[in-house]
Amino acid sequence: MAMPEKTDLTCNELVELVTDYLEGALPTHDRLDFEHHLVWCSWCRDYLDHMRRTIELTGGPDESEPPSPLREQLLDAFKDWKRTRET
Amino acid sequence: MQRAAATTPALTEDSAIVAALRRGDEAVFTTLVNAYSTSLLRLAQDFVRTRAVAEEVVQETWLAVLNGIDRFEGRSTFKTWLYRILVNKAKTRGVREARTIPFSALAPDGDDEPAVPEDRFRGPDDQWPGHWASPPVPLDTIPEQRLLAREARGRIAEALETLPDSQRVVVMLRDIAGWESEEVCEALGLTEGNQRVLLHRGRAKLRAAFERYLEED
Ligand SMILES: [Zn+2]
Repeated sequence: MAMPEKTDLTCNELVELVTDYLEGALPTHDRLDFEHHLVWCSWCRDYLDHMRRTIELTGGPDESEPPSPLREQLLDAFKDWKRTRET
Repeated sequence: MQRAAATTPALTEDSAIVAALRRGDEAVFTTLVNAYSTSLLRLAQDFVRTRAVAEEVVQETWLAVLNGIDRFEGRSTFKTWLYRILVNKAKTRGVREARTIPFSALAPDGDDEPAVPEDRFRGPDDQWPGHWASPPVPLDTIPEQRLLAREARGRIAEALETLPDSQRVVVMLRDIAGWESEEVCEALGLTEGNQRVLLHRGRAKLRAAFERYLEED
């Protein structure tokens, strides 16, 4: 890891800007500082990787089945809908 | 669910989903209900008072999906559309019940914790103050199967449950429903800045849960 310049963004500051960065909401100057920091700081690159992976997992397939009565009610409603649609 | 998934198109192919629903394909409907209803129910509960009413909202949502499927034009993704119907119905019920979430109140619970605890960074007397003292583990050192494990998603889902309501709703709409920030702001009456703060705090806690999972044996 290259030595940071004293005037650079610190890692502690960077982690609070991650959402603004991902949202494209950082002013140009701040975005350049952010990206410059990432060039030399693999730890913050790892942090950003964590965040991206977390976001992906959050939106990933939900493995928990819906509660049983609700599930059956929905399937019944589907059958009714299909019947009226076909007549 | 596994059985249905094996014989039905991937849930990411919107045109296949829509075509299947239009022709009344029960297996596809079942797969969709299994994949989304738990999240829909969770989200509905943030807008209405009782679980029973939230279940009604989920039922009304799926009926509206079926009745509207012929008019779905694919301008948004199916998932975005599905959650949009749910939020509209849940909000209507919530207003009727006079239940409102203080979305505009940024920190109703005094939540102004940093994204990462201060003690993970070097102190002011260090040569590099504010830089990582205990950095995050690089993901390329973790076996892919561990990153993809059902348990990883499960840990994040658990953490989602513990978020303050306003953070959870914003994270769900952005990262599960796939809404754009503008739509979230409009639906919840938030400014762009406040939406980002809620998203930031919520995501930071989910990431912390993910990291704890990675650091277990
Ligand atoms: Zn850094």
